[in-house]
Amino acid sequence: MTRDEQADCLLEVKELSVSFITDEGEVQALDAVNFEVKHGQTLGLVGESGCGKSVTALSVMRLLPRPIGKITSGSIHFGGMDLLKLNPDEIRQIRGNDIGMIFQEPMNALNPVRTIGDQISESFLLHQNISPKEAWEKSINMLEDVGIPAPGNRVFEYPHQLSGGMRQRIVIAIALACKPRLVIADEPTTALDVTVQSQILDLLQSMKEKLGSSVLLITHDLGVIAETCDEVCVMYAGRVVERASTTDLFANPVHAYTRGLLSSIPRLDGLPKTELSTIDGMVPSLSELNMGCRFAPRSGIEHSEEQLEQRPPFIEVKTGHWVEACPICTTL
Amino acid sequence: MTEEEKLLKIEDLRVHFPVRGGVFRRAVGACKAVDGVSLSLKKGQTLGLVGESGCGKSTLAKAVVKLVEPTSGSIRFKNKEVSESEDEVIFRKSVQMVFQDPAESLNSRMTVGSIIGEPLEVHKIGDKSDRLTRVEKLLEQVGISKSAAKRYPFEFSGGQRQRIGIARALALKPELLVLDEPVSALDVSVQSQVLNLLMDLQTELELTYLLIAHDLAVVKHVSDMIAVMYLGKIVELGPAEELYSNPIHAYTKALISAIPVPDPTVKRKKVVIPGEVPSPINPPLGCAFGHRINHPRYPDSMNKSNKFLEISPNHWVLDCPCCVAD
Repeated sequence: MTRDEQADCLLEVKELSVSFITDEGEVQALDAVNFEVKHGQTLGLVGESGCGKSVTALSVMRLLPRPIGKITSGSIHFGGMDLLKLNPDEIRQIRGNDIGMIFQEPMNALNPVRTIGDQISESFLLHQNISPKEAWEKSINMLEDVGIPAPGNRVFEYPHQLSGGMRQRIVIAIALACKPRLVIADEPTTALDVTVQSQILDLLQSMKEKLGSSVLLITHDLGVIAETCDEVCVMYAGRVVERASTTDLFANPVHAYTRGLLSSIPRLDGLPKTELSTIDGMVPSLSELNMGCRFAPRSGIEHSEEQLEQRPPFIEVKTGHWVEACPICTTL
Repeated sequence: MTEEEKLLKIEDLRVHFPVRGGVFRRAVGACKAVDGVSLSLKKGQTLGLVGESGCGKSTLAKAVVKLVEPTSGSIRFKNKEVSESEDEVIFRKSVQMVFQDPAESLNSRMTVGSIIGEPLEVHKIGDKSDRLTRVEKLLEQVGISKSAAKRYPFEFSGGQRQRIGIARALALKPELLVLDEPVSALDVSVQSQVLNLLMDLQTELELTYLLIAHDLAVVKHVSDMIAVMYLGKIVELGPAEELYSNPIHAYTKALISAIPVPDPTVKRKKVVIPGEVPSPINPPLGCAFGHRINHPRYPDSMNKSNKFLEISPNHWVLDCPCCVAD
């Protein structure tokens, strides 16, 4: 990577590996994951449950559960700093200030016994040198920005008094309070209805444009990806198997898993009552992973011993389109 | 449609839950979860029921399988009133339910074999060895090996657990299956496996489905008829293709336009609906959706009775001055 490209990147994750200590021994949740988020870009991480999407987000925030989860190798550079080398005080300065996080379940992300105003002010008080009164004023403005009606009254309310969509707006307000340069959204709309989902995605998009932030969006919904992301990483069993611009990925998926994923979703314009194409088997358990092509058992095609044992190289098949090049699972 | 073809007929069904308050916990109001729903299901057909959370879909499902007692209205199964006592056993055998979350709907202390065999035991069908062969056959039918009968639910993945839930529902050879969000807890690749299984079983066993889901793409893929529900009422009902290509009610239009399309080249025209479903405890006086979108003609809907208009054959829409264009 040239110096110019490096300056272009806000977040750069290199060879990141994460392990968890479980009853079955140490399992590897992430296996040398690489990706970059450029300035002003929305990068999507897509994959099924257990593929390591959320672990990636937690690693960037340095929020992995201790002591069972640990980063075993790799680096995470954010705006020139290596996040993994910072001490707890320094990382706390970045969390919520330079990097904001939106969680999946808004009810669990909010404190049930504190008012909304308190919870939004908290970020201001922690990261900006302002008085509680100013923080409170700013919280009201923030609520207005995220489209909450009557913000002056809502600040006094508690999370249980709000609906799911409203709660997610509050979580977004907290995440964006300090105008972060990077927003990590971990399944921000999974718990919501489609109509509310489209409201929230619109809000996220407009806030992103307003603040000029970059977004790392984690989801399992390819529809959400198609609509919001510039670039996509498809994850499978702790690895990125394919990375491309959104248009390129949907038009020319190269890896068998990406193709399987794209063809297994029912489409509105598809033929009704026809057999849906499926991916055989299920997502492998992290404790029984092989070193080579991890999609092999589900691909339906026999892999050689060597292909199962040796990790396929991650190659660029055309400009900006990368794939884990298992000779059996990739078709050009 | 003749009367004989209809397997299930719901007429003006209402399920109201009392809202209690005060010192004596007296009923001070009612939560109108299902408020005047009429539907009918033809044999071998799939009726998809869609709507946002809180619109009463699940309550309707529970009322159909008699897990909640309706406040008023009738549910006729094979042209017989369900509440008559001797028919109730037959009804309970022929109508079964598959629940949303397979992790929570299977008893974690029972083996898979006893979970699937329990309905047979309750209805005293066959002796022990008969039941075992039936359980094994059911497991095969849903694509799980026979040896699973001795294992426990936690040993299975989400998709397999949902298959076990389906096997349990099929144990009594039902005619109608009520599927309450059967795939929403599953991963994309597993979801299509379970949907294929459900479609195969339907043709094989001539089942009738009442499918409840919030994923409209899923509903459209497997349903013959689709009913759109909003705040306890059906607002539009029609053949699947017709409803998607020619939605009439403003809510149906908005709901369809809100689905993200998995194709980055398509720029869909979004109709963003502000706000959320209002509370069924204190519903607006007039058209509930007109109230939400603040429609200029909302006041006109206040004193109108709810009538259904047939737009084209079998395509019905709830007539309302604010949501249906003239």
